[in-house]
Amino acid sequence: MSYHANERGYYGEFGGAYIPEMLYPNCEELRQNYIRIMEEPAFQEEFQQLLKDYVGRPTPLYFAERLSEKYNTKIYLKREDLCHTGAHKVNNTIGQILMAKKLGKNRIIAETGAGQHGVATATVCALMGIECVVYMGEIDIARQAPNVARMKMLGAEVRAAKSGSRTLKDATNEAIRDWINNPVNTHYIIGSVVGPHPYPDMVARFQSVISEEVKSQLQEKEGRKNPDYVVACVGGGSNAAGIYYHYLDTPEVGIIAVEAAGKGIHSGESAATSALGKVGIIHGSKTLLMQTGDGQITEPYSISAGLDYPGVGPMHAHLFRSGRGEFLSITDDEAMTAGLELSQMEGIIPAIETSHAFAIFDYKKFEKDNVVVVNLSGRGDKDLQTYIDYFKL
Amino acid sequence: MNRIKQKLQEDHKLLSIYFTAGYPSLDDTVPIIEALEHAGVDMIEIGLPFSDPLADGPTIQESSTAALQNGMTTALLFEQLKDIREKVTLPLIIMGYFNPVLQYGVEAFCKKCQKIGIDGLILPDLPFDVYQEEYEVIFEKYGLLNTFLITPQTSDARIRKIDNASDGFIYMVSSASTTGAKSGFGTAQQGYFDRIASLKLKNPQIIGFGISNAATFQAATAKAKGAIIGSAFIKHLTQNGTATITEFVKGIR
Repeated sequence: MSYHANERGYYGEFGGAYIPEMLYPNCEELRQNYIRIMEEPAFQEEFQQLLKDYVGRPTPLYFAERLSEKYNTKIYLKREDLCHTGAHKVNNTIGQILMAKKLGKNRIIAETGAGQHGVATATVCALMGIECVVYMGEIDIARQAPNVARMKMLGAEVRAAKSGSRTLKDATNEAIRDWINNPVNTHYIIGSVVGPHPYPDMVARFQSVISEEVKSQLQEKEGRKNPDYVVACVGGGSNAAGIYYHYLDTPEVGIIAVEAAGKGIHSGESAATSALGKVGIIHGSKTLLMQTGDGQITEPYSISAGLDYPGVGPMHAHLFRSGRGEFLSITDDEAMTAGLELSQMEGIIPAIETSHAFAIFDYKKFEKDNVVVVNLSGRGDKDLQTYIDYFKL
Repeated sequence: MNRIKQKLQEDHKLLSIYFTAGYPSLDDTVPIIEALEHAGVDMIEIGLPFSDPLADGPTIQESSTAALQNGMTTALLFEQLKDIREKVTLPLIIMGYFNPVLQYGVEAFCKKCQKIGIDGLILPDLPFDVYQEEYEVIFEKYGLLNTFLITPQTSDARIRKIDNASDGFIYMVSSASTTGAKSGFGTAQQGYFDRIASLKLKNPQIIGFGISNAATFQAATAKAKGAIIGSAFIKHLTQNGTATITEFVKGIR
């Protein structure tokens, strides 16, 4: 049994392509070509070259000595925060912009919540000289002004999603509607392992460079390819998919997923999809999602905009349902405290999304000789104002 | 015989109207259906509102949000419709997104539809292959027709496949777009209408998306069996309420 997607895009019972016919030709074109294109030597060469020279890969695998000492285990940090644009998101946008070029597309659309994926998309569009439209919820535009400015400076057009709750899920709806209206020349760069097949698998493959590097880096540092645990925060789940990817079918490597509990799982203000979600359809994928008993999708809450998504990628829904992954949820307060601790013990200010992953060490005890790799998915510059307000800095 | 199939045999062009259940007011569902039948429309699509209607333009999005805010739910819609067959005889279709149906339970939903006298369903995000593998048996058990969509981008081969799997009519989306009125049909649409007509499909086609008035209705039905009006009707309800439905319908044909 494999925890990877099958050829129809299912992870166990989750995944597939629940899309209206208007999107069928677009998704089908991608489905028929994505693996072939990704495996072309010329594609790989260009992709790897850009990851090295432009993104700054391989990112370091750093042994966090003080943190390890405190929690009495061996903690390694995969430094995705050192990627160009400040997070792992760019691995995927580099891959997808090359894919779009191979498919002959000359216009890019994307959705963004906090703006990280929007910035990563605007960046690669500037790099390639391709028109870029980013949909962003009206509310998020107001609260993420620096990233809006970054996207504009990079030459992208930021369009406000004014429907529904005016946040990430609605920005995604608007991007999908744009794609319905522009089916021929436009490629939609989805930012996470969500959406209809083949997106979850394609994005996971582009992010898989993270665990590929961990394998060789760990070999060098510990004389072994496999850690005992890989840990990542999960909103949609792209950084998690990247660090799990090459370990999915290696049962001796424990998989830990950290979701945002917001103000508490049962507070009514949470984004802990595995705990609160039920099986349903969101953005073309069958997965776990937060919804009313009547099947209306509800609005999640987290202090971290990047974890503020009512669904979760189908890979993760399957990891949860099958028991392959251990799912923990961390509140706003616990995450903020963990972010401050990482800053002061290791000199690294993490994104608040990432801070959630570091909060587990107070709850989950590891053996002294366990090797625990935490994906440090993004840096905290974008969250400085939230940290300032929270800690009254 | 299923009322939709019976209607499709009539020797004239069909006018179908879509509206969102629970809009403008929560209790407007049944009065709108009755008024539409009296006004002489041939078929009605009752929209089951959804929080994230990704194939819809702003008009239907807004009516869906308003209907949900008014308190519309699947259970309430069924309650409102429970005596509808004592009031109207025209074919009734429920159109919506798959997730609310999935949460109600596909079989429970279909069973309820049969009990009420619903004739068919249109669920644009329930894919054709999943329907055939998992749900066709259930739809057939409860005598419900399922209608599939085709678009200008749908290949001839896939249209043939959909035609073979359909038993009723094919919902022909007029252009690559979400719902909502355009300013008419250009040469691209005419070419698409001609292409579909030349395929001589076994199921009649009814055209939807972008039909808003007499001119677009006539253009759409020049080759197809009928046409569906949604957003334009909802706009009419927003501006005029439910009192002048007959005038709206008379203005179309």
